[in-house]
Amino acid sequence: MTHYTRRQTLRLMLMAGTALAASRVLAAEYGRGAGMPWSPMSGEVPYYGTGADRFFSRDERLAVAAICARLIPSDEDGPGATEADVVTFIDRQMAGFYGRAQHWYMQGPFAEGTSTQGYQSEHPPAMLYRLALAELDDYCRSQRGGAFAELSEEDQDAVLTGLDEGEIAFERVSAKTFFDLVLENTVEGFFADPLYGGNRDMVGWRYVGFPGTRYDYRDFVGHNGAAIPLEPVSLQGRPGWSQP
Amino acid sequence: MTKHLPRVDVVLVGFGWTGAIFAEKLTAAGLDVLALERGPWRDTPSDFATTFAQDELRYYWRHGMFQEASQDTLTFRNNSAQTALPMRRWGSFLPGNGVGGAGVHWNGQTYRFLPSDFVARSHNEERYGPLPADMTVQDYGVTYEELEPHFDYFEKICGICGQAGNVNGETIEGGNPFEGMRSDQYPNPPMRMTFSQDRFAASARALGLNPFPVPSANMSRAYVNPLGLQMAPCTYCGFCEKHGCGNYSKASPQTTIIPVLMRRPNFGLRTNSEVLSVEKTPDGKHATGVTYVDTSGEVWFQPADIVILCAYPLQNTRLLLLSEIGAPYDPRTGEGVVGKNYCYQVMSSATVFFEDEYTNGFVGAGALGMVVDDYNGDNFDHSGLGFIGGGYIACGTTNARPIESHPVPEDVPRWGSAWKKAVRENFLKTTSVGVHGASMAHRSNYLDLDPTYKDVWGRPLLRMTYDFTLNDRRLTEHLTPVAEEIARGMGGAHVKVNARRGSYDSKPYQTTHNTGGTIMGTDPASSVVNRYGQSWDLPNLFVTGAGLFPQNAGYNPTGTVGALAYWSVDAIINQYLPDPGPLVRP
Ligand SMILES: Cc1cc2nc3c(=O)[nH]c(=O)nc-3n(C[C@H](O)[C@H](O)[C@H](O)COP(=O)(O)OP(=O)(O)OC[C@H]3O[C@@H](n4cnc5c(N)ncnc54)[C@H](O)[C@@H]3O)c2cc1C
Ligand code: SF4
Repeated sequence: MTHYTRRQTLRLMLMAGTALAASRVLAAEYGRGAGMPWSPMSGEVPYYGTGADRFFSRDERLAVAAICARLIPSDEDGPGATEADVVTFIDRQMAGFYGRAQHWYMQGPFAEGTSTQGYQSEHPPAMLYRLALAELDDYCRSQRGGAFAELSEEDQDAVLTGLDEGEIAFERVSAKTFFDLVLENTVEGFFADPLYGGNRDMVGWRYVGFPGTRYDYRDFVGHNGAAIPLEPVSLQGRPGWSQP
Repeated sequence: MTKHLPRVDVVLVGFGWTGAIFAEKLTAAGLDVLALERGPWRDTPSDFATTFAQDELRYYWRHGMFQEASQDTLTFRNNSAQTALPMRRWGSFLPGNGVGGAGVHWNGQTYRFLPSDFVARSHNEERYGPLPADMTVQDYGVTYEELEPHFDYFEKICGICGQAGNVNGETIEGGNPFEGMRSDQYPNPPMRMTFSQDRFAASARALGLNPFPVPSANMSRAYVNPLGLQMAPCTYCGFCEKHGCGNYSKASPQTTIIPVLMRRPNFGLRTNSEVLSVEKTPDGKHATGVTYVDTSGEVWFQPADIVILCAYPLQNTRLLLLSEIGAPYDPRTGEGVVGKNYCYQVMSSATVFFEDEYTNGFVGAGALGMVVDDYNGDNFDHSGLGFIGGGYIACGTTNARPIESHPVPEDVPRWGSAWKKAVRENFLKTTSVGVHGASMAHRSNYLDLDPTYKDVWGRPLLRMTYDFTLNDRRLTEHLTPVAEEIARGMGGAHVKVNARRGSYDSKPYQTTHNTGGTIMGTDPASSVVNRYGQSWDLPNLFVTGAGLFPQNAGYNPTGTVGALAYWSVDAIINQYLPDPGPLVRP
């Protein structure tokens, strides 16, 4: 009992108050012969960023939509990030706990780190986007004659390649960290459940042939290399359930 | 002010796989047991029902059930010359949190280590001569034969589905011919295999290898376990690893143990209660209980006669260091024990791309696969190879969750139209042959407390110093070509080799198989606990989990973790309780 003085304990309690205020459940006691706890409506319904909150300004949204459209283009082979409305997915993610890095460890000191040490930016994703997008448009205006969203597809691809390969650097944030995060979020928005605002009408799933959230493939285990033609279904149901 | 609570017989720190095992056996023996779990209550209907369990973004990418890095994470560096930085978000591994621990969102591949794995130093030195000085490989102090009944019991609790290869010395066709002798069959038959496993098995057989079904904790049929709990057949839903099972088809503490425990009056569980330290008597010779903090910030002292750390290797190590129990390991002198011999897993693979056939990866399950053990442990002659140990080589079909799994050939760019097209062309037509390589202990790989970064309570984070060793590199260079050869025989149009090169990278997911730090052994100078998991320093303190492994074998850990837990709790009940004190005299 020597480890915690009264002052330390008080400090712990204060920190808990701020850091854990949002915690959904308080300490609880179970067992003692009471059996498995259960209460009606205790199912944890999806809540991850399904709100319609927005983070991006109009210009930011235009830029992100344009970036996503080059990362997963709409072309003769099928729909892309635009049809999937990936920008809405990212906008909602940035407005939620993910954009704030609420579940990430964000205490300093901050250092650049080696390539094996992972994300080390002092900025949570939403701020990283905000700072990087401003510098991106500045760069495009001075070097290519217009904001990123106004450039030709060829110019946009050249700029994105510059970010990806570390040829374009920003002053306040790492352009490469930003590019990697946008690419990650774009793939998420193309393939996540439509619940989150992207993959609209399951275009991403239908494009690659993923049947979604069906949860029972016992009838197909013996497919032996044949295609399994199944319409996709999402957590919101439809349209696979009702189609013959 | 720390508030004092009434005494209990046993306090368990953490309530995942090992916590549930200890709680069940100790309450059955009549003890009053309290489990403290830092995360929330979790159960099938409330937390992973079939109406929302299959949400890839929420559970994997937004870490729905994992330890929250904002509360507590680790710092990481590849070697002592670097400055460790925090893992600000999880990557390479995903520590569990909440009731059931990582047992909720594991795959269920449930192996037994080989008999030679438990005597890795003496066995290999006898056969190949002395190991290099920096390889701190050790024997466990417990043998496969001693653990066998406990492996058997854990398999029956879980309802493992598999094909035995050696029952009481009799070799059985279709099982693993290299496995240690078993006292019984698996309780359930193997899962049904898909196209990819059929192709893998045929290719492996043509190479003279011995394929067998991955021992699976996903049920091949309805099952009632020895505690009377019922499990349902797996539906091959493809949302197993990193997700909870909505069907009661995956063995987890929730499906195999907890419902029975919750009916026992001598069992209690407190959730959202994080243990901060183990407390000792003034002479430092006994544990008196634990201090924990709940989510309202209240700090409590829970007195107990016996303290058992069931908090996963990383937290078990950190709790010992924070509680100043045992000498911290010092890599410069090689002295000290806590944090020593941190090991991991050395993974590589070969992806097969088919042109005409569909692999339909979405028809998958966490432990659905065929595997060969011909290159594991000491199942092959290592003379002249310059390394010890090995790994299994397997073809599993676990999922086609599209954010995670969309492999493309190596010449395809990372984004743009060409990438998109390649994803579509290959999404339903790939499979992978993976090498699950052992990780041998090395003097320079260890865990200690970080000098700079603190958790939400202001206490030092755990610091990991880790890189692949020469043994690891030689091992993976020897085994990956075997995987490639099997892959080439599977009839695909193209094979892409994903070799394990360069330094260990904390970003991409590899496995949550962190081992060591609280290793077991025969000598207090080189181990933290004795062969029963009992602390050398405080006889009423026990430690569980893969942290006991002196080095990691070429298998997933949990079969062996379960067997060691049953072995240890058996020693507590039958040896310690009648005569409390050290079970081994050094
Ligand atoms: C994605 C994934 C896939 C896996 N697949 C496999 C597989 O196929 N095969 C296999 O063998 N293994 C697999 N594993 C590993 C397996 O889950 C673990 O080996 C097993 O759960 C370990 O049991 P444990 O009791 O040691 O830890 P856990 O089951 O993780 O339980 C530890 C518990 O302690 C709690 N805790 C930690 N610190 C504290 C504290 N200070 N105070 C209070 N509570 C605390 C945690 O919240 C947690 O609930 C996988 C793991 C993951 C994450
Ligand atoms: S694959 Fe089987 S065991 Fe795993 S989550 Fe799905 S139904 Fe459950």
